[in-house]
Amino acid sequence: MPDPLAGLPLVDKLTEEQRAKVADLAREVTFAARERIFDEGQPASGCWLIRSGWIALDTIVPGRGPIVVQTLGAGDVLGWSWLVPPHRWHFGAVAAEQVTAIELNTERLKTLADADPALGYPLTLGLFEAVLQRLQSTRGRLLDLYGSPRDR
Amino acid sequence: MTVECEPLLDRDPMVPVPYRVASRRDETRDSATLRLEPVDAAIPAFLPGQFTMLYARGVGEIAISISGDPSLGDGALTQTIRDVGAVSRALHDAAPGDVVGVRGPFGTTWGLSTAVGHDLVIVAGGVGLAPLRPVLLGALANRDAYRRIVLVTGARAPDEFLFTDQLAQWSARPDLEVEQTVDVPGGGWSGPVGFVTEPLARVAVDPDRTIAFLCGPEPMMRFSANVLLGKGVPAGSIRVSLERNMQCGVGLCGHCQLGPLLICRDGPVIDYELAQQLLAVREL
Amino acid sequence: MTHPAAVLDRAGLDRLVAVLIAEGYRVVGPTLRDDAIVLAELDSGAQLPAGWGVESAPGRYRLHRRDDAAVFAHSAGAQSWKQFLHPPTQQLVSTDGIGFAPAPEEPVRYAFLGVRGCDLAAIATLGNVLGGGAHPAGSFTRRRQGLLVIAAGCTEPGGVCFCASMGTGPAPGPGYDLSLTERIDSDGHRFLVDIGTDEGARVLAGLEHRTATDREVGDARAAVADAATRMGREMPLPVSDIRTLLRDSRNAAHWQDVAERCLTCGNCTMVCPTCFCTTTEDVTDLTGEHAERSERWASCFELDFSYLHGGSVRVSGASRYRQWITHKLSTWHDQFGEAGCVGCGRCIAWCPVGIDITAEVTALAQGRDAGGSDA
Repeated sequence: MPDPLAGLPLVDKLTEEQRAKVADLAREVTFAARERIFDEGQPASGCWLIRSGWIALDTIVPGRGPIVVQTLGAGDVLGWSWLVPPHRWHFGAVAAEQVTAIELNTERLKTLADADPALGYPLTLGLFEAVLQRLQSTRGRLLDLYGSPRDR
Repeated sequence: MTVECEPLLDRDPMVPVPYRVASRRDETRDSATLRLEPVDAAIPAFLPGQFTMLYARGVGEIAISISGDPSLGDGALTQTIRDVGAVSRALHDAAPGDVVGVRGPFGTTWGLSTAVGHDLVIVAGGVGLAPLRPVLLGALANRDAYRRIVLVTGARAPDEFLFTDQLAQWSARPDLEVEQTVDVPGGGWSGPVGFVTEPLARVAVDPDRTIAFLCGPEPMMRFSANVLLGKGVPAGSIRVSLERNMQCGVGLCGHCQLGPLLICRDGPVIDYELAQQLLAVREL
Repeated sequence: MTHPAAVLDRAGLDRLVAVLIAEGYRVVGPTLRDDAIVLAELDSGAQLPAGWGVESAPGRYRLHRRDDAAVFAHSAGAQSWKQFLHPPTQQLVSTDGIGFAPAPEEPVRYAFLGVRGCDLAAIATLGNVLGGGAHPAGSFTRRRQGLLVIAAGCTEPGGVCFCASMGTGPAPGPGYDLSLTERIDSDGHRFLVDIGTDEGARVLAGLEHRTATDREVGDARAAVADAATRMGREMPLPVSDIRTLLRDSRNAAHWQDVAERCLTCGNCTMVCPTCFCTTTEDVTDLTGEHAERSERWASCFELDFSYLHGGSVRVSGASRYRQWITHKLSTWHDQFGEAGCVGCGRCIAWCPVGIDITAEVTALAQGRDAGGSDA
């Protein structure tokens, strides 16, 4: 049986044996274009490793409607609010086009990682890498680097 | 490729050559692309990455990278100018028929010929796409010489991309991967939202066979280079185009120093192996 | 081609000036003006600063009367030969319509009289920068090509001099047409003349002179060699070590220390015989028909020097001083293959707060040796 998690950065630090355990609680999912995956404020459950397609993270600004703050694509991780309090989604997520992804059952994943830190650590490291990359990119955007000096 | 015009090698390096604005195209709210044709003789042919000193009569002179097709060799120059100061405004506003002064071409090149047989990863931020356009045009003119060609380009907002028609054509090509991203969506934009480092992080690169070309604001190049270094691309395979105050363009005025470099002479294109350590020093 | 050294008497020096003027040279040499020894165009050798010496120290320059009539026994003044080869302002180009015309240039042949070793090295350094690259500056190159250099072996170094430790003096290195070493003793006031070029030999041949004796040659050489032991300053490290010291001191805490004293006035760059930086300026006449571009000396201490659409790269005084001294002593090697400092000491004497380039190098070396260069 081929490895369903092959090529996904989040799990590339796991051993074959550990990956098999994670694969056990993973399933392949498809979202249709414009299908909402979750809403801001709802209890957070689930983590998706995007295989193809685009997902937009959004938030509501009254008078401006849903504002897209970021888009995620193939190779990106969607959803980590399940890991830390208050375990609610900070932003909403909607498929911008048809998306295929690996969905992880995060309740079972937490139990697995709690019981086996040797699996939990590389998994957390993988998540941390993704978070850091996204934080740094966001900081890059905060600099408004392409703004005109005339506007400064 | 033949160059019909006679190079003016014995000229005083500070005396411009007159060019007439043949046509002008607004790219964004503050950027325009001029097509310049020599009034008499032309300056020597350029290589991708090089710049000219453009003079607006009575206002001043600034360094502007060449954004045109290096394979045309017709003596005309295509230059993209962002209105950010007095001289750039005068050049940006130049109308067809106006005469500007041109000196050059000066500086180092992207070294496209040394990237033959490699994957090309081109990362452009804002008007940084202008000096990289000759790389893409040059590579596409000789497409079989390269493996993958990836263009990652970011802008502040959807209406701030340069060369939008051409970007659309490039995006449609099967032999070119184009990733466009914006810092702030709007105006019906349905594409990616994020800093250029995000689509760049998603690109699967073969670190040993990749040559990366980076141009944009200095932090954008540093952050993008970090992503590439994280993917295992050696610093020596990353090239950046740097900008400093330039008054002469030929190593005589001293303004464009960056540590050991005179950017007009030793740059603008610098190997990241060297640039990395210099860009890390504050106020160098 | 080697010529034996010759001897010219004091009157012979005046004749030399007269002959050069008659040949169409514009003779530039030291003369007394406003309580200083300045470089100016001379009409005769009588304008040389006979009997004047110089006392210099950090932030200090004073003349004093000597008890002899020596004309070259003064160390460097505020000016250098740079102002003639690379003038403070000059037009570059003008336009009256479509075309561009280089600045009109009257052909000028300068003869520099009394160029000390440090300044001879500075002329060569400027030549490397402005004339040695892929795009030589036209006006500098023309002036340099027509130049006749009459050097002066230095026998009276000043309090801020350190050419011996930079390897540029006190004996003038190659590059002169004639070199004079001034001697005054019971045998009278005379100059040992070394001949560097055929042009120098030709000029000397037109003057009354005699071949020097071995004793005269030895005496002049000894006087110049002795000057090396009387320099008021010294670089604490060999030139190549200073290069790496500054390269490795970019983050040194000491820059803050200098910044607390430095006024960023730019005096050091104006008096420096090798500082070459320029800024271009544009003017138009009232009709807008005629436009000109010119260049003027610029200084890396000016805030606008590193201006990049919207702001300057080097804002702090610390970064601007670091740029200046690092360029002089380190990155100049990278850019032009040699040091940019010749040890003339002008920057020390004309610094209003007496910042001493040799002392700053010493402090940086101490900081590095204490392991604090990255503090």
